Amino acid sequence: MLLISCPYCGERPEEEFAFGGDASVVPPNGAGEGAPVGTETFADYLYLRDNPKGRHREHWIHRYGCQRWIEVERDTVTHEIHAVRVAGEGK
Amino acid sequence: MTGARRVPGAGLLAGAPAVSFSFDGRRHTGVAGESLATALLANGERTIARSFKYHRPRGVMGVGNEDPAGLVTLARPSGDEPNSRATMVELYDGLAARGQNAWPSVRWDMTAVTDLLSPLFPAGFYYKTFMGPAAAWPLYEKVIRRIAGLGAVPATPDTELCTSTHAHGDLLIAGGGAAGLQAALVAARAGARVLLADENPWFGLGLLGEDARIDGEPAQTWAKAALEELSGLENVTLLPRTTVAGRYEQGFVILCEKLRDGPALAGDPSPRWRLWKLRVGSTIIATGAIERPMVFANNDRPGVMTVGAVGAYLNRYGLLVGEQVVIAASDDDAHRVASQLARAGAEVTVADTRDSGSGVAAAAGVEVLWRSRVADTAGRGGVAGVQIEGPSGRRWISATIAASRGGWSPALHLYAQTGGKAVWDDARAMFVPGAPEIGAVTVGPCNGTMDLAAALAEATAASSAVCGELGYSVTSAVPTVDGADTASGIPGFATPANRKRSFVDVQNDVTIADLDLAVREGYRSIEHVKRYTTLGMGTDQGKLGNINGIRAIAEARGEPMSSVGTTRFRPPYVPLPIGAVAAHMSPEHHHPMRRTAIHDLHAQAGCVWLKAGAWLRPQFYRRGTETDLEAVNREVLAVRNNVGLVDVSTLGKIELAGPDVVTFLNRIYTNGWSTLKPGMGRYGLMLREDGVVFDDGVTMRLGESHYVMSTTSGGAGAVREWMTRLLETRWRDLNVAVVPVTEQWFAAALAGPMARDVLARVAEGFDVSNEAFPFMGARVGKIAGIPARVFRISFSGEMSYEINVPSDRAVELWKALLEAGKPEAMAPYGVESMGVLRLEKGHFVVGREADGRTTPYDLGLGRMVSSKKWFIGKEALDFPEMKNPQRRHVVGIVPVDRKQRLPGSAHLIHADQIDAVGASQGWIVSSAWSPTFDHDIALALLDGGQARHGERMLAYAPIGGGKADVEIVSPHFYDPDGGRQIG
Repeated sequence: MLLISCPYCGERPEEEFAFGGDASVVPPNGAGEGAPVGTETFADYLYLRDNPKGRHREHWIHRYGCQRWIEVERDTVTHEIHAVRVAGEGK
Repeated sequence: MTGARRVPGAGLLAGAPAVSFSFDGRRHTGVAGESLATALLANGERTIARSFKYHRPRGVMGVGNEDPAGLVTLARPSGDEPNSRATMVELYDGLAARGQNAWPSVRWDMTAVTDLLSPLFPAGFYYKTFMGPAAAWPLYEKVIRRIAGLGAVPATPDTELCTSTHAHGDLLIAGGGAAGLQAALVAARAGARVLLADENPWFGLGLLGEDARIDGEPAQTWAKAALEELSGLENVTLLPRTTVAGRYEQGFVILCEKLRDGPALAGDPSPRWRLWKLRVGSTIIATGAIERPMVFANNDRPGVMTVGAVGAYLNRYGLLVGEQVVIAASDDDAHRVASQLARAGAEVTVADTRDSGSGVAAAAGVEVLWRSRVADTAGRGGVAGVQIEGPSGRRWISATIAASRGGWSPALHLYAQTGGKAVWDDARAMFVPGAPEIGAVTVGPCNGTMDLAAALAEATAASSAVCGELGYSVTSAVPTVDGADTASGIPGFATPANRKRSFVDVQNDVTIADLDLAVREGYRSIEHVKRYTTLGMGTDQGKLGNINGIRAIAEARGEPMSSVGTTRFRPPYVPLPIGAVAAHMSPEHHHPMRRTAIHDLHAQAGCVWLKAGAWLRPQFYRRGTETDLEAVNREVLAVRNNVGLVDVSTLGKIELAGPDVVTFLNRIYTNGWSTLKPGMGRYGLMLREDGVVFDDGVTMRLGESHYVMSTTSGGAGAVREWMTRLLETRWRDLNVAVVPVTEQWFAAALAGPMARDVLARVAEGFDVSNEAFPFMGARVGKIAGIPARVFRISFSGEMSYEINVPSDRAVELWKALLEAGKPEAMAPYGVESMGVLRLEKGHFVVGREADGRTTPYDLGLGRMVSSKKWFIGKEALDFPEMKNPQRRHVVGIVPVDRKQRLPGSAHLIHADQIDAVGASQGWIVSSAWSPTFDHDIALALLDGGQARHGERMLAYAPIGGGKADVEIVSPHFYDPDGGRQIG
């Protein structure tokens, strides 16, 4: 079970959080209101995810805590957590 | 008989009281606190179990958790505990155990006939034989499950109390042998918060029978002093009877503590098991090494044991396991065990594979045969003779115990559980830990360090390093050791001639011949061979046998051990009692049950409860001797013809405020929000990004930039998280505050043609007339003197007002509304009646008709999809497939013969395709008796259903066989124009 350092609350066990998927994925049409995109491009965005071995930026929500979204940089092999930051403030 | 006998005054329990116990109904006497395995051996019970596949007799082989097959069922007042390890159960007065996987008993097992047929049961037998026909599988399964297996799952709940606890510490030390004790001493003296866990009732067991001296004292004296010192320190937690079962990332460790084996004493609330969820800075793994037996023909008979086990039964429990013992080994330590057995009165023969070695056994009168090994055993129901193969050929000698030691296997499971790789070391003939893992360090035999002095040095160094990292200063020195045995010899592996009866996994009956066959059939990876042959798949997970299995596979592949490698180590290290894992999370405590603010009033009104997700809600309110259906019919008709009152406070309520709420709503709902005026609300449909309906509900605009959104009961949490996710990650430029208020507001709906009359009697501060307060209007005022928000929305299809008040005023409101409705004899209605009303109206429900695959078009709600703006799900809705006219649409269903009931869980098929595979064109999702129409109605999902109104089909329930001719109709049965809710 991970130990995640919530930027709002401090170190909390994983069971207080819920996983929210790859944080590096952004909609192909910008913030969502941009120009129309092709079916292929949007289907890739919807359904295709990388499964990297190593560092992975991912969204988590502190569901049973502050209920805020955060970004966790986790090693998918060792589960080492390299960084935790406020969601949306990442690279 | 085995000649097993107790040695007076020997062992740790000398002087403990005698207790009586029973095995398979036979009454025996044992010593309180000794293991059940010890007591069974002492009473001449050789066959205590049967093997998984062939039902061969199984006895005690080991002394701890490595024992592969000694599983029994404990019959306890709290319920049966199957698959209990006889080596790990502590004897108590009145213990009752019985054998399992046998009929009528393990001693006389009729199903052992499978053993005679064993040539017919090779590796992968089940896969090969029971391939088809598919329809026969249930029959095969029934037979296989009866004859192959372990203990029976108890039919009644276990009433034993179990608990769990969370704890923190600087350092966990797994294993309380010499290395573990030394590591604990170093850290404890430095001031670190230390937890020391050992699965046995005693610490320092590995030093029992050890002749060496530590710091000038006998090893046992050193261990006792260490334990005494640790017991006196406040920063140390000693955990005997506690197995470190799983090690995970970031210092998270699971421990299972056994608090007692005996039944709970009267008035004693102590639990049987306690699961520790521990977070520590570091873990020192000092779990020792597991003795690896040699493989020889018929090495599965009761009486075949490990050398260490035979020694431990003598030194720990004071039990000589047999009068005539053969010891097969290749190291000096085994000679020491042989000498101890001889001194206790046994007739011992040592067969050593080496040319020469220790003289300690010979000096004690033991016959020592060099360059010799055990080749075979003989005997009915247990070993009676052992065949020894040496330079002068083979010879049989009389013996009841054949103890062997082929080497050691470091118990590196906790190291490997987080991904650490076990590496084969040819020089030591063992798998040892490879590169270090984060947060853990292995010391002593677990690290492949078998020498006592080196193990203590390693423990000191590791503990000092960990303490240093944690900021503690260390002062302890490495203890000195004199007189320890020299390093073990390296036995290598024998290649038995009789491969069909040379077992590597005695619980699952895997022989060397089975492994040979698997490799011949093309299985190469150890993971595949494991699953194909079941090697190491038993409850023991191959602690004793796996390395011998890997060796056999390496040999069959003609490759070195390092090419084969080990299977993946996964937690838990030992089987955990499921009760310990569940702990206090019994069914009613597994998930919190949510109750609305007027729960007690519902109960007083005689409601029948319904569990709806996390909520407990009134299903309906029974009057007198009404049947369920009569009660629901009465409630439905009251709403249709008069007025009813329903608790709808489970619906999600989320307040939205800020200048950008309209922009936000336009992006998350399919329909437009720019024209919504304060004091009015709008129904909205929310999609996932893949175009599928996610949630729905009405959002009211209360002020210029203040909105309150209503969600489905089940979707309240998910909708809020989705909205905050968008605002916090994607649209950080939008200024919108999201505040969930479901618990803060109680909500009740008045519904029916007389609803306005009732409302008028209690409303203050706003005009309730149809003109002043139209459909979809929102008003803030008072109801019966309570500050309230009143929304004119309808789920039933009738005129309806949803009244929201602060939750602490809920009881007051509910009572006032019932009072105000007295002239109409208004009564409350429940969720079941609400479901019938919505079905008559044709409203879909998220989670039913909207089943996670349904689009707005499938629901017939294309008009809700704006073409003038972007919204979430738009791109996906534009995928060509989403508008395919053959998609599954929501339709209405009525029976052709209106008197006929619709079958439950029915598929829609053409009547002539009743036996055809793939004939289903859809299915009934929700159905109910409609008191309004006096016949059954249903909503269904049907391929291309929107173009099929008027078509006739067969509703057929393959399970149960119910069927009815049905007609496809519009889903809007009642008041399709919606005039009643507007009027």
